[in-house]
Amino acid sequence: MSDRLRGKMPEKGWKELPIRGLIIEPGNSVNYETGSWRALRPIINLEKCPHCMFCWLFCPDGSIIVKNSQVTGVDLRYCKGCGICAVECPRQVITMVEEAEVAKETNVW
Amino acid sequence: MAKDELIEIRWHGRGGQGVVTAAKLLAETAMKEGKYFQALPEYGPERMGAPIRAYTRISSQPIVPHCLVTEPNIVVVIDPTLAKIIDVTEGIAKGGMILINSPLSPAELRSILNYAGEKVGTVDATKVALNTLKRNFPNVPMLGALLKATGVVNKTNLIYIIKYKMGATMSREVVEANIQAFEQGYNECQID
Amino acid sequence: MSGNRLKGELKALEGDNAVAEAMRQINPDVVAAYPITPQTEIVMTFSEFVANGLVDTEFLAVESEHAALSACIGAALAGARALTATCGPGLALMWEMLWIASSWRLPIIMNVVNRAFSSPLNILCSHDDAMGSRDAGWIQLYAESQQEAYDNTLQAVRIAEHPDILLPVMCCLDGFVLGHTLEPVEVLPDEVVKEWAGTYNPCYSLLDIDHPVTYGAADFTDYYFEHKRPQWEAMERAPKVILDIGEEFGKVTGRYYHLVDSYRLDDADVAVVVLGATSGAVRVAVDRLRKNGIKAGMLKLRCFRPFPAQQVVQALQGKKAVAILERVAFFGAEASPVFLEVATAFYLRGVSTKLINYTYGLGGRDTVPGQICGVFQDLIDITQTGKTEPIFRYLGLRDF
Repeated sequence: MSDRLRGKMPEKGWKELPIRGLIIEPGNSVNYETGSWRALRPIINLEKCPHCMFCWLFCPDGSIIVKNSQVTGVDLRYCKGCGICAVECPRQVITMVEEAEVAKETNVW
Repeated sequence: MAKDELIEIRWHGRGGQGVVTAAKLLAETAMKEGKYFQALPEYGPERMGAPIRAYTRISSQPIVPHCLVTEPNIVVVIDPTLAKIIDVTEGIAKGGMILINSPLSPAELRSILNYAGEKVGTVDATKVALNTLKRNFPNVPMLGALLKATGVVNKTNLIYIIKYKMGATMSREVVEANIQAFEQGYNECQID
Repeated sequence: MSGNRLKGELKALEGDNAVAEAMRQINPDVVAAYPITPQTEIVMTFSEFVANGLVDTEFLAVESEHAALSACIGAALAGARALTATCGPGLALMWEMLWIASSWRLPIIMNVVNRAFSSPLNILCSHDDAMGSRDAGWIQLYAESQQEAYDNTLQAVRIAEHPDILLPVMCCLDGFVLGHTLEPVEVLPDEVVKEWAGTYNPCYSLLDIDHPVTYGAADFTDYYFEHKRPQWEAMERAPKVILDIGEEFGKVTGRYYHLVDSYRLDDADVAVVVLGATSGAVRVAVDRLRKNGIKAGMLKLRCFRPFPAQQVVQALQGKKAVAILERVAFFGAEASPVFLEVATAFYLRGVSTKLINYTYGLGGRDTVPGQICGVFQDLIDITQTGKTEPIFRYLGLRDF
């Protein structure tokens, strides 16, 4: 557990740490790839996607990739697989698939 | 009483009679005179009518202890019914005195209390309070009696403090009535 | 030095009012508090100051003590100077937040008007509350008089906010004994306190939107340990800062403050260690015994956290027997907290002075000089017989 929680942060000694357990670099959550937590993967059927941006709006991790006002996919480095996008999608074009299933199909473990 | 000496006073009364107020008024007068002082209430369950005690210490030297007074030089009994219920003479120091709100004479009280100490003073402070304040607040008349019996503080200074402290929250009529109560307590106090 | 000393105005103040007066003069950004006997007069008086426009403070009348300290913590994180006050059961309800305040290194000042824990129901003085929270990472100062309660509050602001420290400070005063007793207190001029207290410059602030930081991130096996370690460091640095500020305060007021305070101790054979308002009764007892040729002395602990072990040993070593008086009902240890600290300090420095421990004054029971003389007599007996048993004793208990 601790290895996963630690993410990519270097292990600092107590003298090197800021007071109060503060995290003083803004935006450093980019370094913290929460995608490793994921058990379910959202698969977006882009052919049927209306690009309403509901998923983008509701995603708690900002993991929906948008290019030129078009939804193009999910940033799997950060997606925790919470499934909110699938619930909120008005056209129900997002399916949550077991990571194990994905791995079986793609043969990537 | 020598001027440098520490004077310790114990007040007896009932909740709502202004016992703590009397202890504090005396203490504040001592401050006006450049003396050191303490006014200590003895707190228990706070309720109207319950017997309560308070203490005042006055000295020309800084006062060191913060414990209660066990050997008072002066005991002031603000409520007339307490003398029969509790031992109000307990621990009175050698050469000390007791002042009691009572219509009886000092000699009569001496025998009731079986008290052989040096001085006993009485004044009917309840009557004085009812005459002047129209309410049963015998604390200020007892302050009058205290000043008649001892020179613990200056009378003019105490009257000033009564006016100043009570004037902050009470009407002029009430303050004037308190001064009257004080003077009557002073004049009618019998000491033996 | 005393020639330059600044004369304040003498006021007749109860301990609670003296504290409220100090708070008015400090004019903190935020006060969040919940009234509870015998601390009520602090909150009552201070809220009057607020209502009368005498302070600029944002006063929060919260729904509980847990909320009071939580609000102070939030305010302090936003860079505010935050003060509160409580006692006994209120402090108990703050328990969780006490640790958060100190772990977040927030210089919050809290006066604790010591009150016994129920049951049986009691509102009067024991030191159960503050002593119970002694290990929560707060600096703890104990007052002997109303003047010290006022002075400690003023010094606490500087101690807490010192960049080497950044820890909350608890200023303790005995409930009723100091809290509700009227005494002369020398109150400094407002402008002197204003200059003394200065302004608090937080190293980080939630309101500093140009430099956003994350507070309260979860911290498990990876960093929790490393994040706790600096708290020891801050505590270790505290004695020097407390002494420096006590010295500086002395230069302003003529009243010098230290970690411990000795009374006729240098040549004493037997000594009593005490903290809080009972110190006065001990002084009286020492004087009485000295008149009879008995070499008695007192050591008063002004600062209990951090525990000034070095100063305590220095002051007490060579004494033939020492009694430690404590106003707590704590169970299960061989003795009460101050005794354990003194015994540890002695042991680690190879001092083998005979020690005994008294618990006294529980639930407001008065302790008078005559009883303290009895304690000294016990110590003299120990010097003659060499026997300290029982180590743990009860003073002023109807022991039958």
